[in-house]
Amino acid sequence: MTDHFIQDKTTKVTVNLEGAEQKMDFNDLKSGGFIKQRQKDLFTVRLRCPGGKLTTEKLIEISKIAHKYSKKGVVHFSFRQSLEILYVDYKEFNAIVAELEKIGQKVASCGPRVRVPTACGGCEYNPNGLTDTQKMAEMVDKTFFGTPTPHKFKTSFSGCPIDCARTKEMDLGFQGVVDPKWEEEACTGCTICAEACKEGAIESDPDTGKPIFDPLKCIWCGDCIRACPTEAWRPKRYGHIVRIGGKHGRHPMEAVEVCSFLPDEKVADAIRLTIEWYNANGKRGERIGNTLKRVGLDNYLKFMEPVFQNNETVKA
Amino acid sequence: MSESGAHATLDLRGVMCPINFVKTKLKLEMMSPGEVLEVILDSGEPIQNVPKSIKEEGHRIIEVKKEGDFFRLKVEKG
Ligand code: HEM
Ligand code: HEM
Ligand code: SF4
Ligand code: SF4
Ligand code: SF4
Repeated sequence: MTDHFIQDKTTKVTVNLEGAEQKMDFNDLKSGGFIKQRQKDLFTVRLRCPGGKLTTEKLIEISKIAHKYSKKGVVHFSFRQSLEILYVDYKEFNAIVAELEKIGQKVASCGPRVRVPTACGGCEYNPNGLTDTQKMAEMVDKTFFGTPTPHKFKTSFSGCPIDCARTKEMDLGFQGVVDPKWEEEACTGCTICAEACKEGAIESDPDTGKPIFDPLKCIWCGDCIRACPTEAWRPKRYGHIVRIGGKHGRHPMEAVEVCSFLPDEKVADAIRLTIEWYNANGKRGERIGNTLKRVGLDNYLKFMEPVFQNNETVKA
Repeated sequence: MSESGAHATLDLRGVMCPINFVKTKLKLEMMSPGEVLEVILDSGEPIQNVPKSIKEEGHRIIEVKKEGDFFRLKVEKG
């Protein structure tokens, strides 16, 4: 994470802050979400907005601060949902951080550690949502943000298989799923569920119109449950598909599914143990996907057994 | 009440999502609780989406008939 940071070797500079001479170490800044811009002396200040959510009250306060410190009066939404204040003079770092702190707004992290989690709307307000992605992102931010790892470690939460939060390209991603259960007595054979299933996992019996379910085609989205007029399809259980080893960047890798139907209450354990494994096995500067390739997925899965066992399907 | 047992009918064949649902919703809003609206929907996207939206708004789908490539629904206002 250093190549587009500070190019020269002298990272220690003396700057005049609020009339007093102070030493600043640019290396310290790297963990703090300050990104050097191509313009002399100007930096991007990246804020910490887990799940991309902010109260309007805080947003108003952030706007005032951004307006005061951005030399061009602009902000940018980062690709991981956090707000960035552009064109901030490094001599004003302490002042802007102090003002942000006053409103309870933290600055993001960079470098080899756990990053701000991203999340979609999830079941709180998205019609497709199956899991409370926002609550999960908040938990991860509180519990794991900034934990040192061999390289950056990105997590995300999608509320359903549409996967807007792109769990397939995360170091560790969690995607909501639901297990549909059918009760014959309530079914009127209307065939709506077969129409509603976009995966071809439900066919209608030609005589009765009742569903014939193919679990191998089901991706656990719950469309059938939402569509059924009589509640003959009901949720049996909710959970997360867990994916590991994905990344974007120059050499993208797709994450592999290591667990289906992990319940909410085991998500923190899954992250804790994964970080433990990564820190024990990963080389400096190696994303976990590459560690898995080098050390082997089986090694990881064995380590994760206490959390993943009894939660089914381990697809390699 | 018509012979179909419905208080009103909306033929939404050829009407796209989400206009078909909005029309259904507006019609239901003009009716009284317990009254029945008959809705005719195309298969594909309309039948994938409209019934779940009707449910989410608190109405009840009391009958569904498939007729060729469209569906005839009876919706009881909630
Ligand atoms: C006004 C803005 C947007 C709207 C209205 C919107 C709407 C949607 C909808 C309705 C879907 C579900 C599609 C489906 O049923 O398969 C979807 C999927 C998705 N969206 Fe968005 N979206 C917006 C912006 C974005 C942005 C800015 C991103 C990423 C930076 C994004 C990433 C995705 C991804 C990754 C999916 C899953 C796509 C897939 O099924 O392959 N969306 N979006
Ligand atoms: C001082 C802070 C940061 C520096 C110096 C920095 C530097 C870099 C560099 C050099 C790359 C290219 C890596 C490669 O292509 O191999 C990169 C990629 C990337 N960075 Fe940062 N970054 C910083 C902060 C962040 C933060 C806070 C986020 C997100 C919240 C972020 C998101 C990304 C993403 C999405 C990529 C694409 C690579 C991937 O996902 O593997 N960066 N960054
Ligand atoms: S992943 Fe699913 S729940 Fe989350 S925003 Fe996308 S469609 Fe909605
Ligand atoms: S959960 Fe989704 S994929 Fe599975 S049967 Fe229902 S509609 Fe089809
Ligand atoms: S949608 Fe419900 S009532 Fe209709 S066929 Fe499917 S399970 Fe039966």
